[in-house]
Parts: sequence; C-alpha cells; structure tokens
Amino acid sequence: MIRFLIKGLLRDRSRSLFPVMVVAIGVALTVLLQSWINGVMSDMIRSNANYSTGHIKLTTRAYAANEEQNPNDLALLDAGPLTDRLQKKYPGLHFVSRIRFGGLLDIPDEQGETREQAPVAGLGIDLLSPGSTEADRLNIRKSIIRGRMPEKPGEVLVSEDLARKLAVGPGRAATVLGSTMYGSMAMHNFTIVGTVRFGIAAMDRGAMVADLDDVRRMLDMEDTAAELLGYFDDGQYRDTAAVRIVAEVNAAVDNPTDEFAPVMRALRDQNDLAEYLDLAKNMTRIISGVFVVAMSIVLWNLGLIAGLRRYGEIGVRLAIGEQKGHIYCSMLLESVAVGLLGTLAGIAVGLIPAWYLQEYGVDIGAMMDNSSMMISSVMRAQITVQTFLIGFVPGLLSTVLGTALAGTGIYRRQTSQLFKELEV
Amino acid sequence: MKKQLLIPFALLTCGAFAQTPSGHSILEKVDANMTSETSITTSKMIIHGRRVSRTIESRSWSTGADNAFTEYLAPARERGTKMLKLGDRLWMYSPDTDRTIQLSGHMLRQSVMGSDLSYEDMMDDPRLAQIYAAEIVGTEAVEERPCWVLQLTANEQDVAYQSRKLWVDQERYVPVREELYAKGGKLLKRINLSGFKRIDERWYPMRMVFKDMLKNGKGTEFIVATIEFNAEIPSHILTKAALRR
Repeated sequence: MIRFLIKGLLRDRSRSLFPVMVVAIGVALTVLLQSWINGVMSDMIRSNANYSTGHIKLTTRAYAANEEQNPNDLALLDAGPLTDRLQKKYPGLHFVSRIRFGGLLDIPDEQGETREQAPVAGLGIDLLSPGSTEADRLNIRKSIIRGRMPEKPGEVLVSEDLARKLAVGPGRAATVLGSTMYGSMAMHNFTIVGTVRFGIAAMDRGAMVADLDDVRRMLDMEDTAAELLGYFDDGQYRDTAAVRIVAEVNAAVDNPTDEFAPVMRALRDQNDLAEYLDLAKNMTRIISGVFVVAMSIVLWNLGLIAGLRRYGEIGVRLAIGEQKGHIYCSMLLESVAVGLLGTLAGIAVGLIPAWYLQEYGVDIGAMMDNSSMMISSVMRAQITVQTFLIGFVPGLLSTVLGTALAGTGIYRRQTSQLFKELEV
Repeated sequence: MKKQLLIPFALLTCGAFAQTPSGHSILEKVDANMTSETSITTSKMIIHGRRVSRTIESRSWSTGADNAFTEYLAPARERGTKMLKLGDRLWMYSPDTDRTIQLSGHMLRQSVMGSDLSYEDMMDDPRLAQIYAAEIVGTEAVEERPCWVLQLTANEQDVAYQSRKLWVDQERYVPVREELYAKGGKLLKRINLSGFKRIDERWYPMRMVFKDMLKNGKGTEFIVATIEFNAEIPSHILTKAALRR
C-alpha cells in the first residue's frame, strides 16, 4: 500500500514536487528564523550574564538601588568570607567578585604632563589568580587586538577604540583618576599591555579591564566587592534554580531595613530581562504555532486545489467501491510522506544560511554607537538541537492537518451522484 | 485733610526707599566681606557620607577670583595631594603616582574628595556683583537676624550656577543661607553659613554646611580654622612647579 502510494507520488509531480517544495520552504524559513532568534536572544542573555548581571548577583540594597552610578561607597564589605559562605552553601555555583568604576584615563607625555585624557568605564575582575575563569568568561583572550593579557599587577587592557582615540598602544603608561570607596581622590599608574574589542558597543566605546586586586588598592576597597556574581557551573542560566536560590538568600537576611544588607537578584530581576527571558522561553512555541497555522492555511488551500484536480480520480475510486475512509487514509499517508520529505529538505536548506549567520553574523555596530545595552554588536544565529527538531512538528503537522481538512470533502461526495458526475 | 495725610505718607515712603539699598549695592558689600585680593586659609572639611564621616584638612592660597592652590594635610592617604587652579584649568598632583593631571570643562564640577563641594566651589572666589544681577525679593529672619532675600541671575552663560538665592544679614552684609540653581531652575546646592567672626574690617563665616541636593549624603561641613586676608603670597606658590615641591 505504502509502496503504491509512493509510486503514485513520484509519478505525479503535481502531488509530490509542489507540496514538498511548499513544505520545504516553510520549514527552511522556520529553521532560519528559530536559529536567528535563538542566537540573538541567547547572545543578549549571555552578554548580560557575563558582563553585567551574572546568573545571580549579590550587592547591598543601596548599591542595587543606584547601580547605574557604580556607587562603590555602597559596596559589600567582608567579601571574602561572604563568598566562602555562599560557595559552601551553593556548590553548583561559582562566585566571583567584581568592581566597576568610572574615572579619567590620563596619558602622560615625556615630561609626565597630561597629553591626552578621556573618560573610562573600568572593570576590575580576577585576571591574575591561577585558575581564574573570568578572562575566559568575558572572552577577553580571543578579543585581544594588539598586545597581550595582563601577567602581573599594574597591567591593564583598554578597548581598541579608546586606545585609538588616545593614540596609545601596548607598553604605554596611563594614570587613572577616580574616587575611592570613601570619596577621596584615587590616582593610580598602570601600564597598558593590550587592546581589546569586546564586541559590545557600550564597552568598546571606552572600557578598561584591570586586575581586581589593583582596583581594590586604587579605590581603597580591600576585601570589598561592589558585586558578587554567581554563575552555574555549566555556564547555562537556569531560571527556576536561580529564582529559588535568590528567594532563599534574601529570606535569610536578618535586617530587611538595613540599606547595607546584602540583596540577591537573579538575572531575570536585572536590566529588564524578565520579559525578555519569558519571550525567549516561549519563542519556539510561538514560531511553531505561527508556522503551523500559516502552513495549515497554505496546505489546506493546496489540498483543496489538489482535491479539485483529483476530483475525477477520487470519484472513480469511490465508484469502483473503494471506501471513503480508505481514500481519506491514503491521502493522509501521502501527506505524511510529503511532509516528511519536505521537512527534511527544509531543514537541510534552512541550516545553510543559519550556519552562515552563526559563523559570520551581521554586524550592527554602526547602529549601536550610542547604545548602553549589553548586547553584542555582531548579531549571530545559534543552531541547537531544537533547530533540527523544530521543523518536524510544524512541517509534518501542518501538512497532515491541511490534507485532513481538505480531505473531508471526500465524505460529502454522494455515490448516487458519481456516475452522473463522471459522465460529464 | 487729604493733603495733610499724603505728605507724611510720601515722606515715609521716600524714607523707606532711601533706607533699602539696591540689590547690586548689597552684593557689593557682600563681596567686600567675602572676597579679597588674596587669602590664605587653613580649613577642615567634614564629609558626612552614607556609611562613614571623614575629615580632611587642607591649606589654601588664593589670589583674585580664579587662581588658587590647595595642599591636603590630613588624613595620611590624602597628605601631599595638591591642586592648582589657574583660570578655568585645574591640575592635581598625587604623591603616590608622582603625576600631575589636568582637569578641565565639566570635570571641574565634579565632587572634591567625595564632598558636597565641586572643584569650582572649593577653589573659586566669585565676585557676585560682577557676575549676577540682583533683585531684592523679600525680607526674612534667619536665626533671629533680619535678612534681605536676594534673587541673583547670571549676566553670562558660562557660570556654574545660573541663578542663586541669597539671604543676606541686613546689618553685617554677609550671606547666612544660599541656594544654588541650575539653568533649568533645579536646586543643586544649599549652603548654610554660620560662626561669623569679625576679621579686620569684615565679617566672615567660619562654618559653612554644603548640601548637594542631588546626592544622598548628609552634607559637608567646611570649617575655617584660620584665614588671612590680603596676605602676601609668594609668586612661586601659584605655579605648576609648586605641585611637585
């Protein structure tokens, strides 16, 4: 029976080629769209987590309320013991301290006088401890344009754009002028050892990265941390687990009115990411749903057209005594074959541009000159297991559904009328 | 009868106008008290932050309205830090880095050492009568002393505060309270002046409490320990070479 149906499909191209093409195009578009949206959304979540929010973040309440101002005077004290306690309680998370600061990067001339200067957004991370994962988390090693990674205290990286603006390169001395945790003037000499392109417009404009201990010394912040970020060991953000941990930690804080008491926030609670996460979570379902509906309408019409074209054939089959249910089932089986073939072809076709977009991406840096969002300036697709699977459900489902809807016409045919119809 | 009533009323009115000086003349008298050709000041700044309070001691030399040199004396972390302001340029020297860094433009409006004072507040000695047009908008008693309330509007665009409100002691011609406003009318700072002391022929406030209205802190007390007016200042002090000395 199946062999008979396949032969019929192969010999009658209007029953096979056209429907397969329609399904393949739809599935290819779905695959491309899913991988693109998946890539863009994952990238935004990853960028935010790695550079800004962590999977969870611990700060003081007062710091959290004014976070955009980098208020280091409101930093967490006794960061070391606090980190140890959290690490012991949540072994599946890895906690790191960070300090952000604003200041002026001053480049001296040969006489030690100011030659150039520019505002700088500084980030203090653990660069020098053996086994530190921070440089890899921020993908700094691979992002170095000139020079090398800091290897000893006093060495820093600056963004390539800032370095060009100040006309400096690796090996140049620079002084950072900022404010200590207590508001005093902080001046510290550094050596620029490398330039970096972070791929995030907000950082490429004017960021510098220094070792956390250097920043602590400069800002008079020994054993303090502006932010304690926690990351799940596998690097993947797990919303439910993060929300549970946040609730546990916050419930354990003794004094809810103390503005310097620690407060924990999950990634979803920061940078307005909650809606975004929910959207990302439902995006696959939304795409599948839209595709199923759209393709169903297309294939329903296709089925109707095919039904009309095969009006005579179905009539003859009914007239020679074939059961309506048998004809209906054979049409459904045909559509399964068409759907399967179209889906496979569509996945293969859709994966080609998806792979290209994953590897090379689309550079939107020119549109993000003034952006302060933690998103990559190169938008990329991301191919996952879901990308391979997503085409199957709508590709098969909508084809079968369309045929099922169109095929109901079979049951409206009256045997008594058939011979009269076939005479025409 | 009407004439008999009108004459004393007219005389009274004329007398009142004769007694109330103009806003400009009040400002000139305020300037005469608050500014000088040169001054040498030793001061203490108590910065009340959200977490801790800090005390910073410094010594300043200033000439005219725009040139000043400040050396920080305490605490240990700040000792030896120096600032030189010549016109609209400001240099800072830190002994830890042995670097002299120039600040200009909007950086001059940043906070000094986390206080409620900006570099301009700290190092400028503005002649108000030259920069602002003054209008008397009322009278009010502050600390039981009658004061004129003056509304000051800047004559030029490039000033730190486009308008000010000044409560001026009617007897001593010193400001007892001041409010500093941005161009859009937003209140930026409030200053309460007290501890007035007679020095030579002038009255001078030995304690000023600055409150930056855009900050959450509890304000900064600026206490003048000693002040000499029109003292001779060696010319080498107000030079960049003095920063490293």
